[in-house]
Amino acid sequence: MNARFAVGDKVRVREAYPPGHIRTPHFIRGKEGTVTAVIGDFANPEELAYGRPGIPKQTLYWVAFPQTGLWPDYAGPEHDTAVVDVFDHWLVGEQQ
Amino acid sequence: MRRHHDMGGLDADAVEQTEHDYSPWEKRVDAIMRLLSDEKRLVMTVDELRRGIENLGPGAYDEYNYYERWISSITNILIEKGVITVDELGAKMEEAKARWQETQT
Repeated sequence: MNARFAVGDKVRVREAYPPGHIRTPHFIRGKEGTVTAVIGDFANPEELAYGRPGIPKQTLYWVAFPQTGLWPDYAGPEHDTAVVDVFDHWLVGEQQ
Repeated sequence: MRRHHDMGGLDADAVEQTEHDYSPWEKRVDAIMRLLSDEKRLVMTVDELRRGIENLGPGAYDEYNYYERWISSITNILIEKGVITVDELGAKMEEAKARWQETQT
């Protein structure tokens, strides 16, 4: 497996709203988070959803987002995070 | 723009925490989907199922229950793939309706 990101890397989710079957929920688009696990490589569900093979496979990560960065009125503790499954092609490195 | 089914973070009603059993037809829909998507048959994927559910549109998406969404999506995808035709489906639905009406008299 040749994952582009490693645990601890800061990443940003692309802010894009294409039509079609998307696994990246709207509330993390454009948001910054930290990779907490590299899960593995999987056929791309955005392609599988249309009966195509979904190749090349995409690396799936767990990305932790600070809750206070997702919801403007978040009232919980500062350190709370939401961990979301995100595929590689939705992520850019923080420097990019 | 957020699509209708992408509901994470929206306000919601209380979660119903009671156990409930499934109707025989719901179990049958589950079985149909498992058979269509198993490794031997691979007629359709769960990703296609989800895409079909997302494409039901806001009205049907909210009104249908869980397995009504499944069977509507499965039906549309089998038509798309040419596994069944609209005409065959219409004829079978009339047959089933007639059988049901007989039991009502």
